[in-house]
Amino acid sequence: MEWLTAVRWSPYVAGIGIGVLSWLTFLISKKPLGCSTAFASSSGMIRQAFEGKATALQPYYDRIGLSVDWQWMLVLGVVIGSFLSALLSGDFELLWVPERWLVAFGPAVLPRLLTALVGGIFMGFGARWADGCTSGHGISGALQLSVASWISAIFFFIGGIITAYLIFGLF
Amino acid sequence: MTQQKADTGTAPRSELLWGLIFGLAFGFLLQKGGVTKYDVIIAQLLLEDFTVVKVMLSAVVTGMLGIYLMKHLGWVELRTKSGSLGMNVIGGLLFGVGFAVLGYCPGTLAGAVGNGYLDALVGGILGILLGAGLFAELYPKLRGGVLRLGEFGNITLPDVLNVNEWVVVIPASAILILLMVWLERAGL
Repeated sequence: MEWLTAVRWSPYVAGIGIGVLSWLTFLISKKPLGCSTAFASSSGMIRQAFEGKATALQPYYDRIGLSVDWQWMLVLGVVIGSFLSALLSGDFELLWVPERWLVAFGPAVLPRLLTALVGGIFMGFGARWADGCTSGHGISGALQLSVASWISAIFFFIGGIITAYLIFGLF
Repeated sequence: MTQQKADTGTAPRSELLWGLIFGLAFGFLLQKGGVTKYDVIIAQLLLEDFTVVKVMLSAVVTGMLGIYLMKHLGWVELRTKSGSLGMNVIGGLLFGVGFAVLGYCPGTLAGAVGNGYLDALVGGILGILLGAGLFAELYPKLRGGVLRLGEFGNITLPDVLNVNEWVVVIPASAILILLMVWLERAGL
């Protein structure tokens, strides 16, 4: 059972595993793997707790539905699955500032948290604008040869590469 | 944006259970693949280490061959989304900015939380909820305008080329496999 306690697998083994997993989600749940809608419905459910039923009638929340659904449970599962994998390999660690960030920008926690917050806002906003994320478009849509997904995935990386080069001053 | 409207009722318990089981496997594979880590994602975007692309492309090739075979056998139906240049190009770029600034994407953000990364839990999760909420707020203004710019609908590459799907699936798989072979040869 050494494969369970290995810190890293070949990216190809992990990728093939995700591909096989996508067969099963289509076959059993009739749904593609995807994560970002669950964050959008969560934002609506939090607002609903404060604002009441009117939130669910807003056009966007009405379109995606505000409930704990299949994809919401999938995202919860991702947290737990990653936790179990990291625990088994001894790779779990509580860490505020990632190594690469620390080398470039120092060990202070607040700058990293604020950057993560701003990045998260762009990501949550952009994922809804594009109607999908790296899993929904980049894996599930791309493997179905969807035109919308291939265009999205290519522009995720164009935007990401340019921004990363700017952040790390490599231009 | 012609995606089916979600059911308003609660999903059956078995459906939720399958979601959780598939999520457990997905999170396990993401963590073992190394893509729940900021350093790995940033190294990908700086084009130094192609782990993220390798995971994605091998998932796409494996998934594509299986899904199109099962579609051919009548076991599954495709679940694609419609799009437009306004949605997928502009949204893609905005997402890309977030991808690099945050250093995780929505799925790997959840995985990073499980891995113990607190920048993901505290900054990332709050940010993504705010961003998605902001989009919901602006959606009534965007949906008739920029999101419909250059609309092309719900189409696949075989539709565009008007050929049998295997005429695309087989060469596309071959090209993606060759791309991965080239990445290995180049030591990336």
